[in-house]
Amino acid sequence: MTDVIRADLDWVDSFPTQQVAGYDVRPGRTMPFGATMVTGGGINFSIYSSAASAVTLVLFKAGEPEPVAELPIPDEFRIGSVWSMTVFNLDYENIEYGYRVFGPATEDFRDRFDHTQILADPYARAFSGRNEWGQEPDRSNIYPYRSRLTFEDFDWEGDQPLRIPSVDLVIYELHVRGFTKDPSSQVAQPGTYAGLIEKIPYLKELGVNCVELMPVFEFDEFENSRINDETGERLYNFWGYSTVGFFAPKAGFAATGKFGMQRDEFKNLVKEFHKAGIEVVLDVVFNHTAEGNEFGPTIHFRGLDNRTYYMLTPEGFYYNFSGTGNTLNCNSPIVREYVLSCLRFWASEYHVDGFRFDLAAILGRGPDGAPLENPPLLESMAFDPVLTDCLLIAEAWDAGGLYQVGSFPNYRRWSEWNGKYRDTVRRWIKGDEGVVGDLATRLVGSPDLYWARGACSSINFITCHDGFNLADMVSYNDKHNEANGEHNNDGANDNNSWNCGAEGPTDDPEIQRTRIRQMKNAMVLLLTSQGVPMILAGDEVARTQQGNNNAYCHDSELTWFDWNLVEENREMLRFVSNMIGFRHAHPSLREGHHPHGGDPVGCGYPDVSWHGSRAWQPDWSEQSRVIAMMRNGHNITGDDNHVYVASNTHWEEHRLELPGLPDGMRWHLFADTAAAAPADVAVPGQEPLLDDQHGITVGARSSVVLVGRPMAA
Amino acid sequence: MDIKQSRSDGILVLKLIGDLDGRTAPEVQSRILEVLPSDERVLLDLSGLGVLTSAGLRTMLLVYRQAQSRNSTVGLVGLSEELHGVLAATGFLAFFVVSDSVDDALAELAEVPVERTGAR
Repeated sequence: MTDVIRADLDWVDSFPTQQVAGYDVRPGRTMPFGATMVTGGGINFSIYSSAASAVTLVLFKAGEPEPVAELPIPDEFRIGSVWSMTVFNLDYENIEYGYRVFGPATEDFRDRFDHTQILADPYARAFSGRNEWGQEPDRSNIYPYRSRLTFEDFDWEGDQPLRIPSVDLVIYELHVRGFTKDPSSQVAQPGTYAGLIEKIPYLKELGVNCVELMPVFEFDEFENSRINDETGERLYNFWGYSTVGFFAPKAGFAATGKFGMQRDEFKNLVKEFHKAGIEVVLDVVFNHTAEGNEFGPTIHFRGLDNRTYYMLTPEGFYYNFSGTGNTLNCNSPIVREYVLSCLRFWASEYHVDGFRFDLAAILGRGPDGAPLENPPLLESMAFDPVLTDCLLIAEAWDAGGLYQVGSFPNYRRWSEWNGKYRDTVRRWIKGDEGVVGDLATRLVGSPDLYWARGACSSINFITCHDGFNLADMVSYNDKHNEANGEHNNDGANDNNSWNCGAEGPTDDPEIQRTRIRQMKNAMVLLLTSQGVPMILAGDEVARTQQGNNNAYCHDSELTWFDWNLVEENREMLRFVSNMIGFRHAHPSLREGHHPHGGDPVGCGYPDVSWHGSRAWQPDWSEQSRVIAMMRNGHNITGDDNHVYVASNTHWEEHRLELPGLPDGMRWHLFADTAAAAPADVAVPGQEPLLDDQHGITVGARSSVVLVGRPMAA
Repeated sequence: MDIKQSRSDGILVLKLIGDLDGRTAPEVQSRILEVLPSDERVLLDLSGLGVLTSAGLRTMLLVYRQAQSRNSTVGLVGLSEELHGVLAATGFLAFFVVSDSVDDALAELAEVPVERTGAR
């Protein structure tokens, strides 16, 4: 073996050039931004600001109230508007760092430099200050969210992002803490990334193959924390749609947060999900930050480069397209690069499979707030080489009134939360008139919105964390958000829900049966629709939120998954699980293109056809409450495949004539939501033969799913 | 940090006494790597550990990595409940043979085949 150069010994950069405040330093490296370990020793600190006049590195011994040292970065270390300095002999594990940034005082409010404040590093890969969820913070802390140094090495054991084709995805939206915090979860470390790993077998059995995690970037659960006057209950920022650290996983979600091991724990979570064949998509919030409006805290951007990072009015106040006080200036070249580098970091360092962008319409607005024709940020993401395999899902609206479902700048790359799907399907399920035509459009992947992009651009959902969950959608006509402490003024009013005859809990068995049937009807439509289905965690076991349609502030049984429901509502769970299995078994339900009535596979039937009381004669009238869809194509083995889905939202049963099948094929009954369990749903592949091959009675407010199969030999 | 080295049934036992943190990790690491032989099983006795920080955990992972590349297996004994929790949450536990006592550990390690493939 030949001797090789040992970088740690033979590197010129291993040696300091001078001292600052008693610390050995040398001119730093401009790139990468943030704090990184340098080959040969030392930590490189690099930070930029377009208008700052001086920057001082502030060092704390971990947990100490006052800094141990302040190191002004010599001006000769600056290149362009980047200050960088390599510091030697730091006890990297026990250091917290931040910056004082000096800048000119201007007459308007566009710049908000304040060197009396210590700023966090926007590129910090870990934060301390909220290491354990719910631990009351010290309000006198002069530097509450502290940047930490991190190791990024990890033993991935060959793990790779899964690259599951979009057509095959079934997404499951969950909150990391809420999923296992309830004692009924019986996991060793409730409410954590580690706890979530213990529930992977449950998700595997359910059949989903992608989890969408509500925000996991470092946030402060105590932001706007308050006591509800009426209940005395402590309210938190439970959901976390307010980012403090964009490069840092939330420490308070990690069982190991107090040891600063949240990065390893989160990476292990991703690795374990991947081992189970489940992708991990992160719900990310780039539309605003936790710094709020003029009265909010100064965390980093405000004091670093306010005019660069935020959309400002001509007077220098904050535009508020996010409804939360400020709006990130996403299409400034600087912020664009910041967001891109952040996404690349999560895709490469954490192996995540994609992102869902909160209030993504903001990401298409220019610095003055006007929507851009060709937003550079969205274009860059669409073509970014590191993000090529990542799902990019837009919540294609914002709080400033920009609604872009179907028109989001997409570069044939972006998909969208299809809000129109949710609204239409909800209205249909509750029995509204005049919906049937629109419903048909939604069931085949919303070609009116996504024809050019393909059906997988439509993320179909009926429920998500915002709004009623499924059980509440069939149990409440109106929201009941009193527990949020805002006198029921918060949350959406257009719920398109129907309580089935009584508001909230009821002993009436008839109403209870109707509710279960309605929930099953929803799952039938969702899981037989073209596009990518998304299920809200808990809906598969009919979890209630007691009519609260905006439970962002509750860290309690109201938002926690009650695992007793897995037993109590086994009927619903079995139904959903089998429906997911049915979808996986029938590729014709999940093709990438929109069916349009042709016969692309040559099976003798159109890829989609519509039926009513008479086969081939759908009722498209205003009053229509019955529609049946027949899907034809190939199954997994390449044989012809026929699926018939009938939905009746009328309060009376209807007899439907069935379309005929090719010779030798017979209709088999997969699901009938009017039937009592276990006859409500079959095991996919084991559907019983339908006695009457010519017609079927679809019960009041019920759905039926049939599959054409060869007669048993 | 003091490292006591002994040998039992052909298995190298290293007992770490003191704090394993960012200050002591480099020294501990190089000491262990020095004695880490090929095709052998190594038992780390952590019952004498004081403070163990993330840098200390990292050292253990590096030892695991080195051991694996030399077809060695690393056993751990004397884990505090807290350390066990941290290793479990981060998935590191699976890298080691973990036992409740030195005797158990020696027995379990003795059953690990010496010739292992999979050096990476």
